[in-house]
Amino acid sequence: MAQIFPKWTNRLPLIMALSGLLVVGGGVGFFWYYGSPKYLEVGYRPEQPVPYSHKLHAGDLGMDCRYCHNFVEVSHEANVPPIQTCMNCHTLIKPNSEKLVAIQESWTTGRPLQWIRVHKLPEYAYFDHSAHLRAGVGCASCHGNVAEMEKITKVEPMSMGWCLDCHRDPDMHLRPLDQITNMKWVPPPNQREYAAKVKKERNILPPENCSACHR
Amino acid sequence: MKASAETTALQAEDGQLIAGNPTFHTVSESISRIVEVKTTKAWYVLFGFFSSIALIFVAMIGYLFWEGVGIWGLQIPVAWGWAIVNFVFWVGIGHAGTLISAILFLLRQPWRTSINRFAEAMTIFAVICAGTFPGIHVGRVWVAYYMFPLPNQMSMWPNFRSPLLWDVFAVGTYFTVSLLFWYTGLIPDLATLRDRAKSKIRKAIYGAFALGWRGSHRNWQHYELAYLLLAGLATPLVLSVHSVVSFDFAVSNLPGWHTTIFPPYFVAGAIFSGFAMVMTLALIARKVYNVENFITMRHLENMNKIILVTSLMVGYAYSIELFVAWYSGNPFERFAFWNRATGPYAWAYWTMVTCNVIVPQVFWSRRMRRSIPVMFVVSILVNVGMWFERFVIVVSSLANDFLPSSWHYFKPTIFDVGMLIGSFGLFFTLFLLFLRFLPMIAMAEVKAVLPQANPHYYEPHGNGKEASVKAGSHA
Repeated sequence: MAQIFPKWTNRLPLIMALSGLLVVGGGVGFFWYYGSPKYLEVGYRPEQPVPYSHKLHAGDLGMDCRYCHNFVEVSHEANVPPIQTCMNCHTLIKPNSEKLVAIQESWTTGRPLQWIRVHKLPEYAYFDHSAHLRAGVGCASCHGNVAEMEKITKVEPMSMGWCLDCHRDPDMHLRPLDQITNMKWVPPPNQREYAAKVKKERNILPPENCSACHR
Repeated sequence: MKASAETTALQAEDGQLIAGNPTFHTVSESISRIVEVKTTKAWYVLFGFFSSIALIFVAMIGYLFWEGVGIWGLQIPVAWGWAIVNFVFWVGIGHAGTLISAILFLLRQPWRTSINRFAEAMTIFAVICAGTFPGIHVGRVWVAYYMFPLPNQMSMWPNFRSPLLWDVFAVGTYFTVSLLFWYTGLIPDLATLRDRAKSKIRKAIYGAFALGWRGSHRNWQHYELAYLLLAGLATPLVLSVHSVVSFDFAVSNLPGWHTTIFPPYFVAGAIFSGFAMVMTLALIARKVYNVENFITMRHLENMNKIILVTSLMVGYAYSIELFVAWYSGNPFERFAFWNRATGPYAWAYWTMVTCNVIVPQVFWSRRMRRSIPVMFVVSILVNVGMWFERFVIVVSSLANDFLPSSWHYFKPTIFDVGMLIGSFGLFFTLFLLFLRFLPMIAMAEVKAVLPQANPHYYEPHGNGKEASVKAGSHA
């Protein structure tokens, strides 16, 4: 009887099996990487309505974060300051600067400025700034070195896995409470010992259960 | 000699396993012809009918995804309604195939050869229907991939301590192994169809699926070994799948679910319902496709005996459940079972008992066991009863749980009913496709149980009517 298929088709099952593995493995890998906030969100740097420079204010001028974000230690939210906070200085400093037109306008009309939010957690995730600060987690652990950013950039993925990484092993992010806003702080060589000590002192037990964040 | 005693017993019964004394050629001929003749009008009508029902099922699933599980009659505390009832029902049906193909193969029961092919096909289609329901009953289908351990940005894995996850793996494994087993058995028959094919397309399609089978000695040696290994792999699965399905209930703390008897009880029930479904389909198929000489009264009677035995097991489980509920001294446990038998779902409970325990007792009588109308009715009633068994377990336990203020009577909606009927549409659509395109009886295996296949068989010197086996059993 004549052959129905040419000889190369003998290799077809192997090719199909391998390409099947490749497609499934590749598909999972594709979504794992390209679908993750690490790829999609890190590096987000929108143009704000006012060219406010954190580098100038927090870096060069050395202002403390809490001068503007003044509720951060007592509230779940690190508030965006009202225009009044800007005007504390800018009634006297460069009141006529072109860059500040939007600020002046908001100040005279009383209409709040529409800043664009960079660090946005989903509404089903509960997060409390004050609790993290009290445990000794510095601003820079999540927001990066803001003092060197001309425009605020998202530097961490802020995915659930990223949160859990720190909740499972927070040691490297626990600082003395007076170093919270220090952008240049690096963990000392004996950080593990220090962390063990403060975890006991401050009773730090980072929760890993679902309802810690999804309440 | 034990083997020859068995052979004599077969001959005493019906002469041979296969009636009508066919030759190898007539076996190929009568079974291959079913898929080679022009498609009949009746097939088109039936296919049109069942595939329309299957389409309604698909449309209902679409609406379910759009609207959410609220379209079902679910209402806390009954958060598991017909979707889970149907799931367990279909998985149960899917049990007979592997039992017939694997366990009866390992136990060297040659009568399985006539029914194993379509019993396995039925298994696969039933598991497809079963697999649909857990997939769609999750409220958020777009995250159904959470059921599988895939890497993700949430560092989140399925709960490996949950029987619901074991279920995904148990049913997945069962489906894969059943499919492989079925396909392996099909290869020699697909090659037969390829060799008989007239058109080029037919040759190419059957040829591709026959994987280059040539029927050589070496081919057969590999085939027999692979089949034996797969049978060995599939055998524990027959017991494990429904045990794991029963863990979905037994591992929880709900009175009426939290019972150690569940795994064996579920497995017995699954075999019971599976055989009943094989019976229903076999009775129709042998009549329609004229294969009554392959599926003989002996096959039907054997299946009826299994139905009777498993019915007794199920009946035993029902009574032991009640006994243990009383013996436990636990008032909640007692209430759960008392409520089943006398509460708002008593009608469902007694339907179940009647269909599953009382009706199959007619098979004690040999005359009933061999009456086709009787076994047809019984096989359908058994499956009605088995559906109600799952309904009673799922719904009655949930509806009257720990908080009497939230008790209520579960009412199915049109979508509950529609999806049950729809799943039957899907099942029969697939089954009709199978009957149309694949050999419904394992030709190669049937040939092996013919007397001619026996090494000790010798051609008669007379007119060919007295062909007989002198010694040994069927191959």
